[in-house]
Amino acid sequence: MTTAEMESVESFRSRARAWLADTMPRLDENAALPALGDDDEEWVRARELQKTLYAGGFAGICFPQEYGGLGLSPAHQRAFTEETAGYEMPVQLNIPTFSIVCATLLDMGSEEQKRERISAAIRGDEVFCQFLSEPSGGSDLAGLLTRGELDGDTWILNGQKTWSTSAYAADWGLGLARTNWDVPKHRGLTMFLIPTKAPGLQMNRVKMVNGSREFCEEFFTDLALPVANVVGEVNNGWAVASRQLFHERNAVGGGSPFVSGQAGRPRALGGQSPFTVAKATGRAGEIGVRERVGEWLANETVQNQMVGRVSRAIGTGALPAPGAALLRLFHAETAQRSTDLSMEIAGAQIAAGVGTEEGITGRVGVSYLSRQGASLGGGSTEMGRNQISERLLGMPREQSNDRDIPFNQVKRGRA
Amino acid sequence: MELELTADQKLFQASARSLLEKDHSLDRLRRLEAGEVPWDRDAWQRGAELGWAATIVPEELGGGSVSGEGIRDLTLLAEELGSVVAAGPFLPVNVVLAGLVAAHGTGPDHSADIEALVSGEQIATWAVYEPGGQWAPDAAHVTATATPDGWRLDGTKDRVEAGTEADLLLVTATTPEGVAQFLVPTATPGVTVSPQWALDLSRPLAEVRFDAVVVGADAVVGTPATTPEVLERQLQVALLIQCAELCGGLDRMFAVTLQWGFDRYSFGRPLASYQALKHRYADMRTWLEACHATTQAAAEAVQAGSPDAAQLVSVAKSFVAERAQWILQDCVQLHGGLGVTWEHDLHLYLRRATSDRALYGTPEDHRRRLADLSSL
Repeated sequence: MTTAEMESVESFRSRARAWLADTMPRLDENAALPALGDDDEEWVRARELQKTLYAGGFAGICFPQEYGGLGLSPAHQRAFTEETAGYEMPVQLNIPTFSIVCATLLDMGSEEQKRERISAAIRGDEVFCQFLSEPSGGSDLAGLLTRGELDGDTWILNGQKTWSTSAYAADWGLGLARTNWDVPKHRGLTMFLIPTKAPGLQMNRVKMVNGSREFCEEFFTDLALPVANVVGEVNNGWAVASRQLFHERNAVGGGSPFVSGQAGRPRALGGQSPFTVAKATGRAGEIGVRERVGEWLANETVQNQMVGRVSRAIGTGALPAPGAALLRLFHAETAQRSTDLSMEIAGAQIAAGVGTEEGITGRVGVSYLSRQGASLGGGSTEMGRNQISERLLGMPREQSNDRDIPFNQVKRGRA
Repeated sequence: MELELTADQKLFQASARSLLEKDHSLDRLRRLEAGEVPWDRDAWQRGAELGWAATIVPEELGGGSVSGEGIRDLTLLAEELGSVVAAGPFLPVNVVLAGLVAAHGTGPDHSADIEALVSGEQIATWAVYEPGGQWAPDAAHVTATATPDGWRLDGTKDRVEAGTEADLLLVTATTPEGVAQFLVPTATPGVTVSPQWALDLSRPLAEVRFDAVVVGADAVVGTPATTPEVLERQLQVALLIQCAELCGGLDRMFAVTLQWGFDRYSFGRPLASYQALKHRYADMRTWLEACHATTQAAAEAVQAGSPDAAQLVSVAKSFVAERAQWILQDCVQLHGGLGVTWEHDLHLYLRRATSDRALYGTPEDHRRRLADLSSL
């Protein structure tokens, strides 16, 4: 569709407003959050909601028409998202299905992959996840060990993946494997589209200390894939992964045109902010508690202001893309300070629940146990600090002993 | 700093920079004799000619701003002054102007005073702290007693910025109807101004005694009904100036410390090649960005007169004042022993940051204010 034929943003907005009011269910602000580790119903619901959007002609707003989208502009998407405030939306599908996996397929996938996978996601028929991290190392993604070997016209995968968020709810994973061990690490990787229900793929949900079970681990045992499942070129998978990581930063930073609807409800347990804890423990009148709540209020506000400023700066080019690491680092600091403040406010009450229930103070205690999650998930803050000092401040890069060395000669342990 | 400046704002910034380079050398601060005032009226007059006391005063009262958004221009200017820890009455004069302009039309007329302050002919300051007291602008021990023709003031103020140089004092005092503000010439009989030791070399402080000081009814600023919002306006402007000045100073000292990281070698490598130090730089860079983010957001809210302006200036002050100290002390650490010498510039900035942390509400004061403003 040419610009001249494209519906105006305002016309699209008013059509969306009327349609949402007629069709989409209102969000129930008071509905209880699902218990951690049990959100299967939410995923069923997300697919239903996506099908509704598709039937109404409001799905895949920024995806090209030939792949099932509407081919409209980011301004149309922003208008639609603004109009969805107060409505239930399939926000679980934003990250990674649309904004990371579909966005990467759009950049790097074959014509067939784009036609089949992107349109299936837009129709609400398929959900995607990522198979990137491995137990052998988190930050050093390109050092992964999953092996892909070509047998005739079939790829055979063997290895293990982990930290794949919500993979249990997905139909396909975008996964990286090593297909050439005789070249330096970045040059021997290939990206595959992997059906999560394939024979040879065993998936376990990983239980976290706070009870969450959203992360999965997968074992690939002689998992067979047709050559048509290669995304991009064989041994050029790092180029695909780079786009994937770019789209991930963009999505997390709030800059993706493929995100539809407001950010989802927090997936962590609710009801344990320093403010809530101060009220629940009856300590709101104490000066020290009031100072801590005030500090939390300030930090949360600065966090939002920081997201706005840095996203704008990256958008205009005032900051280079690695500037997103500023947000990653600051978010971790803010989240951890909040956890600490809640713990301090809960004081003596954090050690026990109410009767046999954990209660609010018990939840503060449990969430304190996973405090470091904020500085680990999505890349450790140590890597973030390297990125800021090296790519934003221009400081010398850390030494790496695997650069330009064939991967099969790189040391992988003490032996 | 703001991400985008207009051409007029860039010109305004450039004119401030060139005057600051001429009039405000850091060496001059370092060489001060005890008790010496680090600026003179001529230097302030030159600043006033560039509009340093005009940004938040409407044109009909003799002021005006280059962008039409006075608070934005004020914070832009404050960043420039802060980057060289400029000495002078920029903060007190603008805070008094904020009060006089906010009260304009609600009490006795002070438009002649406003005009004299905008032009730089007169210097004013806010006398709000009292000896031994913490931040409590709405609880003054200085009393104002009604007389047949006006008021009599008794009591003592301290931490009065630029007090020995000021022509006019905006004094908070308790009346039978609550706290009120009075604009009192320092030349009034019974007013005694004496210098007070100050941590910040660039900002001399004074103690001011009021012994049966008699002023006319026209010395009152605003009315009992408007005083709370006038005080709030003064506070908001004071906090914005502090935060923006701190941002400017932090930018400068971070740049100096970054350069040092590349230039200084030990064990045959630049400091910037050590991961332990790179990570400290990364933290500082992140905090610096957050300081700018919250200062700009507060400035936008005050400029727009948003209902959340009171919260956002307290958010900014509580955050920036604390992080400024984290950043500057890390800069000292990265400079090694040099960072704690008199000859290095760092202490001039650390003095300013520590003094700014203390005045117009500490981070703790503003956190309690945030809790009060919330539904806790």
